[in-house]
Amino acid sequence: MLRLPWFDYRAPRSVGEAVEILAREGPAAMLVAGGTDLLPNMKRRHQTPKVLVSLRGISALKSFSNGSGATFGSCLSLSDVVRNEKTPTALRQAAAQIATPHLRNMGTLGGNLCLDTRCTYYNQNQEWRQAIGFCLKKDGQTCWVATASKRCVAVSSTDTAPALIALNAKVVLAGPDGEREIPVENLYKNDGIDYLSRKPDEVLTAVKVPDGWKSTYWKLRRRGSFDFPILGVAVALRLDSSNQIEAARVALGAVASRPFLVEKAGEFLKGKKLTDEVIAEAGELVANRAKPMDNTDMDLYWRKEVADDFAGYALRELRGDDMRDTRLRYARYLP
Amino acid sequence: MKKKFEVVGKPRRRVDGRAKATGQLRFADDFALPRMLHCKLLRSPHPHALVESIDVSKAARHPGVHLVLTKQHFPVPFGIMPVSVDEFPLTDHARHVGDPVAAVIASDEQVAGEALALIDVQYKKLKTISDPEEALQTPEPRIHEYGEQGNIHRNQSYEFGDVDEALAQSDHVFEDVFFYQGNTHLPMEQQATLATVEGDGKLLVTSSTQNPHYLHRQLARVLQLPGSKIRVVAAPNGGGFGGKCDPANHEMVVAKAALLLGRPVKIGLTREEVFYQHRGRHPVLMKMRTGVTKDGRLTGMHLQTLLDGGGYGSHGPASTFYTGVLTPVTYELPRFKFEACRTFTNKPACGPKRGHGTPQPRFGQEVQLDKIAEKLGMDPAELRLGIVTQPDSLTANWLKIGSTGLAECIREVVARSGWKNKHRKLGYGKGVGLACSTYMCGAGLPIYWNKLPHSGVQLLLDRSGQVTVYCGATEIGQGSDDVLAAIVAEVLGIDTGEVRCVTGDTGMTPVDLGSYSSRVTIMMGNAALQAAEKVRAQLAEAAAEQLEVTPNGLVFTQSQVLHPGTNKAISFKEAVEFAEAKFGTLGAVGSYTPPKPPGKYKGSGVGPSPAYSFSACVVETEVDPKTGWIHVPKVWIAHDIGRALNPVLARGQVIGGVYMGLGEALMEEQAFRRLPEKLSQALVHRIPSMLEYKSLTALDMPEVDVALIEYPDPNCPFGAKEVGQGPLLPVMPALANAVYDAVGVRIDEIPVTPDKVLKALELKAQGLSPRVGPDHFPSVPYPEPVFVVPPQEGGDGKETKREEKQRAAAAVV
Repeated sequence: MLRLPWFDYRAPRSVGEAVEILAREGPAAMLVAGGTDLLPNMKRRHQTPKVLVSLRGISALKSFSNGSGATFGSCLSLSDVVRNEKTPTALRQAAAQIATPHLRNMGTLGGNLCLDTRCTYYNQNQEWRQAIGFCLKKDGQTCWVATASKRCVAVSSTDTAPALIALNAKVVLAGPDGEREIPVENLYKNDGIDYLSRKPDEVLTAVKVPDGWKSTYWKLRRRGSFDFPILGVAVALRLDSSNQIEAARVALGAVASRPFLVEKAGEFLKGKKLTDEVIAEAGELVANRAKPMDNTDMDLYWRKEVADDFAGYALRELRGDDMRDTRLRYARYLP
Repeated sequence: MKKKFEVVGKPRRRVDGRAKATGQLRFADDFALPRMLHCKLLRSPHPHALVESIDVSKAARHPGVHLVLTKQHFPVPFGIMPVSVDEFPLTDHARHVGDPVAAVIASDEQVAGEALALIDVQYKKLKTISDPEEALQTPEPRIHEYGEQGNIHRNQSYEFGDVDEALAQSDHVFEDVFFYQGNTHLPMEQQATLATVEGDGKLLVTSSTQNPHYLHRQLARVLQLPGSKIRVVAAPNGGGFGGKCDPANHEMVVAKAALLLGRPVKIGLTREEVFYQHRGRHPVLMKMRTGVTKDGRLTGMHLQTLLDGGGYGSHGPASTFYTGVLTPVTYELPRFKFEACRTFTNKPACGPKRGHGTPQPRFGQEVQLDKIAEKLGMDPAELRLGIVTQPDSLTANWLKIGSTGLAECIREVVARSGWKNKHRKLGYGKGVGLACSTYMCGAGLPIYWNKLPHSGVQLLLDRSGQVTVYCGATEIGQGSDDVLAAIVAEVLGIDTGEVRCVTGDTGMTPVDLGSYSSRVTIMMGNAALQAAEKVRAQLAEAAAEQLEVTPNGLVFTQSQVLHPGTNKAISFKEAVEFAEAKFGTLGAVGSYTPPKPPGKYKGSGVGPSPAYSFSACVVETEVDPKTGWIHVPKVWIAHDIGRALNPVLARGQVIGGVYMGLGEALMEEQAFRRLPEKLSQALVHRIPSMLEYKSLTALDMPEVDVALIEYPDPNCPFGAKEVGQGPLLPVMPALANAVYDAVGVRIDEIPVTPDKVLKALELKAQGLSPRVGPDHFPSVPYPEPVFVVPPQEGGDGKETKREEKQRAAAAVV
């Protein structure tokens, strides 16, 4: 079997202690929560941290509170998030469609937000990558997806991030100088290598989700049982009593190195009702922003072509259409 | 005296079920021995290269390293087929990325892995050949020094009756080109092998192999040891599907290392390495020209195939034949010509995967029949029912068909699926498709030429009443131990729980050729039947003496030996005691050799089987015309199994076949990636991981309605035919036909994916041919065909020389 490289393991009991270790060890240290992404990546030598700082022993990170809005500790497992009745719909749907039951029991919300970007030339073991002379993201000089590109185009593959961006959520980052809160979309940079704005000595401690949004998440992937997304569409709406849209936020995942907000679609939807025409036009606006690369599963042009259909599914579901049959074709398990 | 079946046909818990469910069963990787060392292989990063030099000195000095092996330790090559002995356990000519060039044996896997990085290999890169067309155009450099010419490994041509004449006289000739992408077995268990020298000085190799007998022979060859000094134990396989049929490099390497070091040495392949060992489905390009009459009868077919063999021969010579030979078994086809060519390419070797070479032409044939039915305005099921082959008939290529339940299979799936109310009637976006298939119940000839039995079974009984049965057959999850126990138990009137199976051990069990070609139930089963009947005769004689009745009036039932006429009985255990007292130690052997095939021409050895199974399948689809997304709500399948020995296991095999078939139909691809040639010579497997090699999971499976059709075959034990491979075959074409029924587009290649459907729909919208598939079949230098007169035209099964053929033709004129 593939073996892990050697590393030191630290198990702090508080966020403060974790931050201290990170600050002391510098970039050679990495945080690990569920380990469902990092440990396999270490086996393939994507990351070879000298020190692993585990967050599992910090009970504060597993808390949940609910007042005006909900606050999720970053180390709640994805299964915890799915089971929690207070979890907003888009987040629950996103979490429920990640990986498999075993992995959701181990994997955490914070871990999914910080998920390493993916690429078919990168998510391979060391020997395979040696056979192509490595790539820009790790140990090589060339981006094999776009050989002229100076930037790594590995794709953001987190499901929870687009859902949380649509829900207008914030993340809390704790560092040596205290805590800061930033919108989830600001956690990401459109760079396959340097994809997070989290500083190396910061710990993502919590996610704050405001109330009042009606939301949904649609995930496209090869198999409805488990797979990383090749397109994620999250939509959150605030509706008035006549079902007119007061505010709309549409976010896309898995079509760039970061998940992002499609502002134009949100602006377009504001003040409208979800007629078929409005849905079709909004779908076009969303699809225009989907610029997938040939670095993940399925045919590139096909992925681009179905983006508007997926945006349409999301909006129709929020309108109240019965979309259960359609959903079951793309997601075999939903709570 | 005959009795009703007590074991056969009853749904039972399988004999190895408890051990599997409780985790007590030990797979090869579960074995560990004191002082055991671990092995890792250094694999070539280049698709085609010569090893110019290799310096292992640093690796050998690395703490914890005991031995480093290279090509020089292995002067003798191996290969599963005598005509393709082309592999060295460690090579100096890498034919694909992942070809092993060195091995490190160390105290643990981690150390072995570290030492691999210290081996300095200088390669001379050679031109890379990535597909068959490139292989045809690139005779040099040769990937192997042997073969037909250039990079053509095998090239075959056969003609049974004058096909051109038949096509010329047909009302219609249909010409289609199809492509079937390669795919792999994806067993849950990754291969592992443990080799050790036992106390008696003999080598013991415990491995996840389907064929311990062939491995035994190849180990003797490579290690230059007498077979009597080697014992191979096939650990229960966590799935095989053909991937563990070939003897493998890693098995040879740990065996050699154990001999050199005198310590146990183990290796467990990573998932990626399993993709490199491969031996899976060949990618095949096919061209089919088929003549039909206006009332839907086939007149003749000209089939051409081009196989991508990968870097080694493997079972390739047989695979090449199999892309043709079973084509005439399902439907009456008076004349048949097939030309098949297998090329070498710089990719992991292809070989046998469930259905071995036959799913590819089956896909083409069944899709083409769907097109024929539409053109003739016939129902595809009725068309097929009109042309199914008859029992006890000979095909144009001299295969003997015994029993067949194909017509019943078709009628059954048509009725159960509501076909007549669905086909062409479900409305846009929904459809049903139908296809049929056949498969062999064991290859008529062994892989190496010999006149010996294909399967041997030995029975041992003692006064405790215990029955032990020994056979070289291998339990790979298919239930072979259960079949063995069931046959013995049925004959002796005892419960399967009373029978102990000792299987797959060349040091302990009589030879059985292995778990491949769907041969185990019929061959091992017939041998077991013979042995059990011999023992029963002895028991009956002893019991009759005690009961003062005649032996042939006795019935072996419910662990008793009963004389129904007088109602006298003794227990089975007592009968064994009396028999042991009367005859001495009780035991018997049985063996099985298939009947001689009727074909006498050179090459007629591939295709014959003692019996053929048949299947028919209906797949229902819902295809989204906007996205091309394919949803399969339900599959109906009927399989002519002859008789189901254990219906629970038989149904499991059918559903397993449907599962694998749907995976192939919808998504599986053993596909390779070339990088921009200016920048790199790499040719790598796109997705050697279990996550990214897409295959269905249990959650993705639709409901499967299984009908077992039972027409007992006289050549088979209790009439039982195969079920391990046949039910996979009709699924892929049925799916493609269902997609056509749903949205009116033809995807003439496998897999059928949403992007191809959408592309075909776009073509349709533009008024172009609504089809996605290969657009040409290249020119292949096939040889002059071997001409054989079909049985219906008065042939004798031998080759007719061309001059004779011409003379005969002239005489007719």
